Amino acid sequence: MYRIRTAVTPWLLLLPAAVLLAAFTHFPAVMTFISSTFQTPRGKRPAKFVGMDHYASMLSDPVFVAALKNNAIYALGTVPASIALAMLMAVIVNSAIKGKALLRMSFFLPTVLPMIAVANMWLFFYTPGYGLIDQFLGLFGFHGRNWLGDPETALGSLMVLAVWKEAGFFMIFYLAALQQISPSLGEAAALEGAGRWYFFRRVTFPLLMPTTLFVMINAFINSFRLIDHVIVMTRGGPDNASTLLLYYVYNVAFRYWDTAYASAITVVILIVLALLAFIQFGILDRKVHYK
Amino acid sequence: MTGIEIVNLNKRWATFDAVKDVNFTVEPGTLTVLLGPSGCGKSTTLRLIAGLDTVTSGTIRIGGRDVTDAPPARRDLAMVFQSYALFPHLSVEENIVFGLKVRRVPADERRRRLNRAVEILGLGPYLGRKPSQLSGGQQQRVALGRAIVAEAPICLMDEPLSNLDAQLRHDMRREIRNIQRALGMTMVYVTHDQIEAMSLADQVILMKAGHIEQKATPEELYLKPATTFAARFIGTPPMNLVGLADGAGGAVVKGTAARMFEGRGEGLLMGLRPEQIRVGEEGMLPVIVRNVEYHGADSILECEAGEENITVRVDGVRPIAVGSRLSLSWEPEAMHVFDRESGFVQPVR
Repeated sequence: MYRIRTAVTPWLLLLPAAVLLAAFTHFPAVMTFISSTFQTPRGKRPAKFVGMDHYASMLSDPVFVAALKNNAIYALGTVPASIALAMLMAVIVNSAIKGKALLRMSFFLPTVLPMIAVANMWLFFYTPGYGLIDQFLGLFGFHGRNWLGDPETALGSLMVLAVWKEAGFFMIFYLAALQQISPSLGEAAALEGAGRWYFFRRVTFPLLMPTTLFVMINAFINSFRLIDHVIVMTRGGPDNASTLLLYYVYNVAFRYWDTAYASAITVVILIVLALLAFIQFGILDRKVHYK
Repeated sequence: MTGIEIVNLNKRWATFDAVKDVNFTVEPGTLTVLLGPSGCGKSTTLRLIAGLDTVTSGTIRIGGRDVTDAPPARRDLAMVFQSYALFPHLSVEENIVFGLKVRRVPADERRRRLNRAVEILGLGPYLGRKPSQLSGGQQQRVALGRAIVAEAPICLMDEPLSNLDAQLRHDMRREIRNIQRALGMTMVYVTHDQIEAMSLADQVILMKAGHIEQKATPEELYLKPATTFAARFIGTPPMNLVGLADGAGGAVVKGTAARMFEGRGEGLLMGLRPEQIRVGEEGMLPVIVRNVEYHGADSILECEAGEENITVRVDGVRPIAVGSRLSLSWEPEAMHVFDRESGFVQPVR
């Protein structure tokens, strides 16, 4: 009796978490994959099995290709930029400067604000003619520009906002990691005459690598996951110049009601993210020093 | 060879004097220990010499050169930290040559110095390991290695042995002393451990609350403590400080009629080292034994004389019963007299 109970206890303890995971993560993921192999049912017509047809048609879907390309640019642009900025800000607010608390707060502020509010704020910054950016550039004689309305600058404008929003959040992780580094390391290096940059390159940066790996994977996931600002600011336009994959999924599923095709794109996103995570772990994990 | 001169050194934090008017000289090739309880300013003094903290006032000269405002790297010194300050992501070899790479020492010279340090310290089998794969004693050796390859004339050590166990501490102490002598380093060594100070130092600088209480050789510090603080800090068990009073014909131990010396006794303390007191039937001070503690090689007697308690250390086991009456005696030079108020030593009349 006692032995049965001990065998069951761990499973009972795992049960609540397992139920939640299964109900809201594993089951939907499997269902998404299954529904991506069927046609979307319409009216009296039942769903028909179509195999990989949805996946094949993606390649000839210009909007999907545009969204994929945009998302790649978006990720490759915002992730390194926000990581570099986060590291820089963390090093600044970790040093002994005056007004440290105020700086930390202002760097972290964008993270606290809801994305919708932030997007609306930046909408005003980008307003052609009298927006903050145009007014500022106007001081130097630049002409007004429709930042969000021009296919050339729409995606870039969203990326600037994303970097601004994400860097402050990642800074917190870097700040925590920096404070784990013993100050005597810096003193030992100072005795040898190591300059700031040398010390950062040879000591601080390598010791931050575990944090960088963690932040990078999260940043890539976020770059596919966060689309609130797209909805508020550009709705993917003009001419799909700022459409990101998840925004396209949303359109396909809830505006065109082609849920099966949306499922197929969702599966593609998941595969891309999984591949990215594997690659990052595979390449970086060997070089990362864990304490 | 290079010595160190510290002149009127002061360090003031916002509201608190960490180091007050400290003066001392470290002769070239010798080992000076800064000794004192925690918070006495010994580590701050060391950090000021290293240039890791800035001086409030005063002068630091290394090899005759004023380095008071020089950056740490321009002071010709190496330092071993209490935490060892090893770079956790670098191998033992890279840790040792880190400073040489910063200073752009050529590769073959780097190799020569590394090989020498590795030979001295016996680190050969561990060169490829990371610090986390080493024991505490091995990490300590790597930190020493870094100081050795710098080939700086001066080496500063901030409580380098405090993270090691007793046996290892003893071995490393001897090793540090040997390396210091063999390489002719001028060394300043911070510790709160009086045994470390006594066994290592050419000169001990005893500090308390930011000022120097006494600077002397270990022998002098033991035999001629300048203050009650120095008297109590050195020696295990510490020196007895017995209250004196005015008595018939001279100073007496409080609550007794036993005359210690001619003259005034009120306001004075008599210092006696427990190991310098003899026990017998006849003597200078009759006492009652209140407790006997057996330590193996010796025994500690707690004795009562009038209002005062006196600790006595005797060799081996003695058949002394608690409550028995004995008499204590000592050589004249074993007796020290201090002013109760100021704590300073007084000449014995």
